[in-house]
Amino acid sequence: MGILEIKDVGKRFGGLKALSDVNLSVQENTCHAIIGPNGAGKSTLLNCLVGKLIPDTGSVMFQGQSVLGRSPHEINQMGISRVFQTPEIFGDLTVFENMMIPLFAKRDGAYRLHAIESVSNERTLIEEAEKMLEEVNMLDKRHMHSASMSRGDKRRLEMAMCLVQEPKLLLLDEPTAGMARADTNNTIDLLKQIKDERDITIAIIEHDMHVVFSLADRITVLAQGTPLVEDAPENIKGHPKVQEAYLGEAH
Amino acid sequence: MDSIILQILNGLDKGSAYALIALGLTLIFGTLGVVNFAHGALFMIGAFCSVTLQRILNLSYETIDATQTDFLGNPLKVKTPYLESWFGPEMGSSIIEWSVPLAILFAIPVMIGIGFIMERGLIKHFYKRPHADQILVTFGLAIVLQEIVKYYFGANPIQTPAPEALSGIAQLTSTIVYPVWRIVYFCFSLLIIGAVFAFLQFTTFGMVVRAGMADRETVGLLGIDIDRKFTIMFGIAAAVAGLAGVMYGPINAPNYHMGMDFLVLSFVVVVVGGMGSLPGAVLAGFLLGILESFASMEQVITLIPGINQIIIYLVAIVILLTRPRGLMGRKGVME
Amino acid sequence: MLGLDKKDSTLLLIVVALTMLAPFILNPFPTESGLAQFNAGYPDLMQRFVIFGIFAIGFNILFGLTGYLSFGHAAFLGIGSYSAVWMFKLLSMNIIPAILLSVVIAGIFALVIGFVSLRRTGIYFSILTLAFAQMSFALAYSVLTPLTNGETGLQLTLNDPRILGISQTADGSIPVTNLFGLEMRGAFDLVVGPWSFTFSAGYYVCAVVMLLAFYMSIRIFRSPFGLMLRAIKSNQQRLNYTGLNPKPYTLAAFVISGMYAGLAGGLMAAMDPLAGAERMQWTASGEVVLMTILGGAGTLIGPVLGAGMIKYFENIFSKINDNVLHSWFSFMPDGLEDSVVFIIHPFVGKGWHLTLGIIFMLVVTFLPGGLVEGGQRIARLFRRKKTVEPKSAKTEPAE
Repeated sequence: MGILEIKDVGKRFGGLKALSDVNLSVQENTCHAIIGPNGAGKSTLLNCLVGKLIPDTGSVMFQGQSVLGRSPHEINQMGISRVFQTPEIFGDLTVFENMMIPLFAKRDGAYRLHAIESVSNERTLIEEAEKMLEEVNMLDKRHMHSASMSRGDKRRLEMAMCLVQEPKLLLLDEPTAGMARADTNNTIDLLKQIKDERDITIAIIEHDMHVVFSLADRITVLAQGTPLVEDAPENIKGHPKVQEAYLGEAH
Repeated sequence: MDSIILQILNGLDKGSAYALIALGLTLIFGTLGVVNFAHGALFMIGAFCSVTLQRILNLSYETIDATQTDFLGNPLKVKTPYLESWFGPEMGSSIIEWSVPLAILFAIPVMIGIGFIMERGLIKHFYKRPHADQILVTFGLAIVLQEIVKYYFGANPIQTPAPEALSGIAQLTSTIVYPVWRIVYFCFSLLIIGAVFAFLQFTTFGMVVRAGMADRETVGLLGIDIDRKFTIMFGIAAAVAGLAGVMYGPINAPNYHMGMDFLVLSFVVVVVGGMGSLPGAVLAGFLLGILESFASMEQVITLIPGINQIIIYLVAIVILLTRPRGLMGRKGVME
Repeated sequence: MLGLDKKDSTLLLIVVALTMLAPFILNPFPTESGLAQFNAGYPDLMQRFVIFGIFAIGFNILFGLTGYLSFGHAAFLGIGSYSAVWMFKLLSMNIIPAILLSVVIAGIFALVIGFVSLRRTGIYFSILTLAFAQMSFALAYSVLTPLTNGETGLQLTLNDPRILGISQTADGSIPVTNLFGLEMRGAFDLVVGPWSFTFSAGYYVCAVVMLLAFYMSIRIFRSPFGLMLRAIKSNQQRLNYTGLNPKPYTLAAFVISGMYAGLAGGLMAAMDPLAGAERMQWTASGEVVLMTILGGAGTLIGPVLGAGMIKYFENIFSKINDNVLHSWFSFMPDGLEDSVVFIIHPFVGKGWHLTLGIIFMLVVTFLPGGLVEGGQRIARLFRRKKTVEPKSAKTEPAE
């Protein structure tokens, strides 16, 4: 049993079949990459995992519990964190305040009315936030207005916000999309470090093969809404079906 | 049966006004993506266009009529409108009498001009700002426009009567009578609505605007100067609201806050019709007008007291909660 | 101090000083001087300053923090006023139960209306609140006449039961509102030379309540709850995917701000025991929007400043008529004087709304942070001149 079990998932948008018969098992403490040409259904699949979309058929189990029908915040509370393609952070808040929010969510659950206590009295949480910021080299930026940061910094902040919750499963939606080579390499290093140092399972959707092959333990190739192949990276590289799928796109 | 027909008729004139204002609101929202709280003020300015024209036409000179005296025995001063001396008393006075319909010609250029100035001078800078900012700045603008009108025309309503030929009562069937002007207003609004739809449907300009409403960015990529087209669209929307106001004068004497009164209801109409849907706005306008008039029937009021006061809001709340896109709204607009 | 950091404590102390000394500050002109009409230190107006300050502080907790623009908040103010007057009619003329009831009832209404309205966001939310408020207004005028006394408004009469008090005083008049015997209308005048200062019991009661309300709002702003509300305004999607449910937070903010409005309405009735439906009209809701934005939405002190400014405009600025203008510009040559007065005339006196509208538009366009941001910019300008190094001030979003 994997930590995440996707069984027979299908999803249609009107007449368009976005996903069909998706079966996928993500093993605990591995990095599982989902690749595929544009329009293969990668993002749709991801959205089905986090509660943004509900699949028409099939089931999605996380640690033996179904996530279907739960709202995004409930799924997050189960231990799944998501990093978006374009960094989603709280742009109006400072870096430090951005970090505090996931910490409150972790400690207090989906809702708790703390209207009188002061944020500045939350010593333990502040220490945790600072520790995490230090880990991603952002402690010096803690008072910065997060919207005014570079895209790379925003990405790191978002990643830090997800990690500070200590999720069991981290979902990454093209984390290096639109990044310069150097930034991409930094992100790869950061993810490698995360993978090595923590008990965490990572599922990553990625276009950049360089990223995929540096990180993934297991790769699923998705084409036209269905998994084509699932195998270890070294077997995927020369796989004829994969080449066909990607070449098919090139036509 | 008669009473039902009568209620429908009664609802039509208010419904027409709602539909026209909501149409303009939707045009602006659909094309420019701007929530315009000053739209009611445009309606009000339209109404004051006919007040202005009435005053211009009534410009008079004084002569002393030695044959008549006032009660103190002084010779009486007689005011004669210039028009009467130019075109003869009969022709002149009938021109004055027709000042409301004539004001249509006067209002179109004025309203389009005001629309252009508003869009270029203010609204343009708010395209990329949040909707809340747009609401706030146009709300401020509405106050300013309203106060300017109040400064020049005073706080009291000003009568703008319909020409006598159109101000009587029409015998529709043996039992139903109905004011002629309201029929005129209804036909006029149908004409305007038809013209706007035809314009959007059958001209290249309209095609581009419709495409822009559907997907602004793509149209921009085609190298079409969409901004300029939208400026013109704003002018047209302003003119539609203005014309609705011009012709509404004989039904309700124009006052400076009539815009605000209509604005709130028109927004409700737009929301019920579906944000960004032109047919929805028209349909909802008439529907709510008629519904309101049915709710004011005595039988209904005795059944549910006060229903006539709240029916529109009640409908809006129910629609918003059950059909957030409104009656005919498209997916993805303001969700 | 009181669980606030140094900066907030200073702010609170300044506000305490200003409100306590208001009778002096607002009456700077000697009674006999020509400028005496610009004195704002009379009880009625001072009470309005602080009461609307409370209203705006509450509105700011919703709009300033979460960004949800309600166009129906005046409904809660009206409901508060009606509840308070009913308490005066039925129970006693003591203002404490009246104000408590107005807060509770407004809170209940806010809970219901907020629960429904908050199912939508953006402009749909605004329209829903507007629709609810207009409905309350229309009902108060028509069907609910037994409760609201319709167009006349709800007033005290000599026949009211007042279980814990008296229906009428010994001389047969309606008793006045009081706080354990301290009459709200009570006031004494302090005459210092040519100046006269009025100290009104009602004003000080309102001022103390306002200070408490202000203190509460500082605590809310600095709390995890306040942080969540700002996060909702900033990025609801991220908040969802961070495991937080925004709904209860926004609803709590809506109810709290509704209770603030009810408190303001209750105080209004406590100062002058009558309540009318026009307090609930949407233009009244628009007014509190103006106040909050003008002063600075999302800032602590902004709404109070905005409320003060608008009430000052309404009551004092509106008194500037042509005679006053002529006397101001009398030093100019005649022709020039007349033309200057002619130009200014539309903007002052009865035209105060016009000036307000223009200022409001300018603020929305150029100063999204309102007067507070304006003040900060000016302060930064001076600081930059003083210090050689133009270190950009760190952004403190909520000040």
